[in-house]
Amino acid sequence: MTSTATNTAPVSADQVTTWRADFPILQTQVHGKPLVYLDNGATTQKPQVVIDTVSRYYETTNSNIHRGVHYLSEMATVDYENARAVIRRFMGAASDKEAILTSGTTESINLVANSWGLDNLKAGDEVLVTEMEHHSNIVPWQMVTQRTGAVLKVIPINDAGEISLEDVRQLITERTKFVAISHLSNALGTINPVKEVIELAHQVGALVLVDGAQAIAHTPVDVADLDCDFYAFSGHKIFGPTGIGVLYGKQALLEAMPPWQGGGDMIRIVRFDGSQWNDLPYKFEAGTPNIAGAIGLGAALDYVTEIGIDRIAAYEGLLLAYTQQQLATIPGLTPIGTAKHKASIASFVVKHVHAHDLGTILDSEGIAIRAGHHCAMPVMEHFGVAATARASFAFYNTLEEVDQLILGLNKAVEMFG
Amino acid sequence: MDLRELYQDLIVDHNKRPRNFGKLDDATYFAEGFNPLCGDQLTVYLYVDAERVTKVQFEGEGCAISTASASMMTEILTGKTIAEADALFELFHQVLIGEKELDDDTTSKLGKLAVLTGVRAYPSRVKCATLAWHTCQGALHKKQEAISTE
Repeated sequence: MTSTATNTAPVSADQVTTWRADFPILQTQVHGKPLVYLDNGATTQKPQVVIDTVSRYYETTNSNIHRGVHYLSEMATVDYENARAVIRRFMGAASDKEAILTSGTTESINLVANSWGLDNLKAGDEVLVTEMEHHSNIVPWQMVTQRTGAVLKVIPINDAGEISLEDVRQLITERTKFVAISHLSNALGTINPVKEVIELAHQVGALVLVDGAQAIAHTPVDVADLDCDFYAFSGHKIFGPTGIGVLYGKQALLEAMPPWQGGGDMIRIVRFDGSQWNDLPYKFEAGTPNIAGAIGLGAALDYVTEIGIDRIAAYEGLLLAYTQQQLATIPGLTPIGTAKHKASIASFVVKHVHAHDLGTILDSEGIAIRAGHHCAMPVMEHFGVAATARASFAFYNTLEEVDQLILGLNKAVEMFG
Repeated sequence: MDLRELYQDLIVDHNKRPRNFGKLDDATYFAEGFNPLCGDQLTVYLYVDAERVTKVQFEGEGCAISTASASMMTEILTGKTIAEADALFELFHQVLIGEKELDDDTTSKLGKLAVLTGVRAYPSRVKCATLAWHTCQGALHKKQEAISTE
């Protein structure tokens, strides 16, 4: 099969049916009704090829990597490193040394905060985050600024859920040493102007980490084009296994950073009077990694590449536009997050119906959505709500599923209105 | 799965028109309850006179289950002694977490609260039904401990 990164041919209903057939879980019945899975922002489902790749690894090549002289270990090592190369190419990094495998976005961010942050931040320095960040791109920076005496500053959002570059220009000063920003907001769906923010940060010599947890499966990512210093994402949000994630970092920065966790594989020589660290990327991969997870993620990224991320983004754009148009017909519904540039996520509140009750009522119709604060409590505070309901899409969702969602919401309004 | 088992008319009614809603200025006991999982928060106020609850009010924001449970609690606890309130909380909690069977005797002891037992089929919602009750227990017993140490 062939496909290219620029394939944006219209997606037919038949095409979506074919894609859906790749995901066994989508055949599930929930409470006697066909599953409508609209919680892709929390985690995505896994195609058969990923499930098979992980099973095949355990059935045929399971072994520890980088240390055995035997056949299985060599096979496992080759598969693991091949997966790294797939991951590196997918995000547009120049070298495998720049693709650190972690347990997920959270660990990737904590790695940078602890290794780069503790080594470089000092009292009076400033770290910027946005008001729309996920807790995992706030708390590590709170912890590291508290320890170093640096100051955490917040780029505000407007009522559409957007940051303004004017605010960014004002907040970035010579005191700014680091900017941590999400590419695509998990609570609002906003796509941030990360390229422009990176350019502004670099003008004062500040580094930028982009949290790509939500973006990676929904919009093209090219770290070289963005010129970001770090990019973090999780495998499970792009049809791969849980417990595997990626940290991209520019090689020169990673070379200069101290290891974060110590252990096997991250060292070259260990002596009691001092040890020598291994080369990149292994310096940041202490202990036996999630080998099956890495290989599974490689298979997931190959699968996405075959379909084409541009094509996915275009189709999901249509789905989201249709959803927003249909949601506007629900009495008392207020969308939360109405940015001009959005993808894959529709958050909302409904008058007189709490998000949890919406979640339970939709569940009874077989529809899975998320209800809560989405690990973004500052966003909830901004909009003055305790919780929102969130439908989040993947390319295997259909217009008919959106219609099911709308029927379910009308039922909820009828019940509580 | 019948949603009406969960959202019975009485629950929908208490959610729409919560009883005893608002701050109680002369409360002798009060506490704030918070469910960090969903962000729901409410405050329970009690006026206790000679070990007997004479007034209960609450305010805050929550789902239908937590609002209805709080509203019904304010009605049911009014006039009960603290010991009776504790015993009712214990029974209600045991039933919801599945540690006590819902037999005829239990159902009659629960009275109106029995309509909330539909949440047993929804493990993720049990905390919604017990939030106000846990908060009430916190209010009553934190204060009592404070008194006992004086």
